[in-house]
Amino acid sequence: MGLLDYFRASRPKGSASVAKERLQILVAHDRAERGRPSYIPRLQQEILEVIRKYVEVDMSAVSVKYEQEDCHEVLELNIVLPDSATGRL
Amino acid sequence: MARIIVITSGKGGVGKTTTAAAMAMGLAQRGHRTVVVDFDVGLRNLDLIMGCERRVVYDFVNVINQEANLNQALIRDKRCENLFVLPASQTRDKDALTKEGVGRVIEDLSSGYDFIVCDSPAGIEHGANMAMYYADDAVVVTNPEVSSVRDSDRMLGILSSKSRRAETQADPIREFLLLTRYDPERVAHGEMLSVEDVQEILALNLLGVVPESKAVLAASNAGVPVVLDRESDAGKAYGDMVARYLGEDVPHRFLHVEKKGFLSRIFRG
Repeated sequence: MGLLDYFRASRPKGSASVAKERLQILVAHDRAERGRPSYIPRLQQEILEVIRKYVEVDMSAVSVKYEQEDCHEVLELNIVLPDSATGRL
Repeated sequence: MARIIVITSGKGGVGKTTTAAAMAMGLAQRGHRTVVVDFDVGLRNLDLIMGCERRVVYDFVNVINQEANLNQALIRDKRCENLFVLPASQTRDKDALTKEGVGRVIEDLSSGYDFIVCDSPAGIEHGANMAMYYADDAVVVTNPEVSSVRDSDRMLGILSSKSRRAETQADPIREFLLLTRYDPERVAHGEMLSVEDVQEILALNLLGVVPESKAVLAASNAGVPVVLDRESDAGKAYGDMVARYLGEDVPHRFLHVEKKGFLSRIFRG
């Protein structure tokens, strides 16, 4: 190990800061998930099955967003149809 | 009426049982009648850490099933007369802990003790849920490490939604953070999450920081709660933590690398 390496090694390497960033994102995501009703994943799955009867869509084509505000809840459905999905299967 | 404290974490191996034993002994030594209850049915370990494994006759599940009464199952600590241990069963499956059964035992204990310390099993399943259900206070034991911090956060979600206090819309459980296996030297080198980092993420009241210490293994080898090792850093940290829990204003120690003096460096003091 050269002299330069010695000085470099004594500086903070920063894996802790990577850990902190990852955790902040993860925990924010977990907390958002926590407030959702437990039926959301099943709802998403069933909607996807119904759509797939008519259109060939990807697993990720349906997103269900749930938001809670002071006096009301918003359930937002977003379905992405492929370009070629104009006709029936 | 006893105050019910759950020692919880989600993740295993972070120091729940060490903390339960140390905190119960610390409270008892300060004159509070204390009982520490092992909720880890099937994998009991608290009796070993407390050094009373050879005195177990009846256990928690026997009491729930009314095969023994509380006084037959409780083990009085030989070092401190205010301290009792209620061991878990080694053989039963974890469903033996029913909500009603646990509630009955807690209620019976409640009239005779100041503090009931519940040592939770790892995980977020039945045993862990039973350990925290009746709690008034929760000590969330966390290591400065990503999976432990994440699991602690999940446990906070469970504490605020699935406990008796949450279900009855009473005041929420008081939640405290205990950071264990802390290595100030690695923190100084940027290799480990600092206590400030963990607090920023979990936003909890900090009850204490226990440094990584050889004394913890030595204490578990001997079956002596580490708080009794007053010479050790971990023992002192647990002593401070108990004092803080009881409302004393004790400054945090062991957060920074100890700067050794010139002479002690030479003589490796």
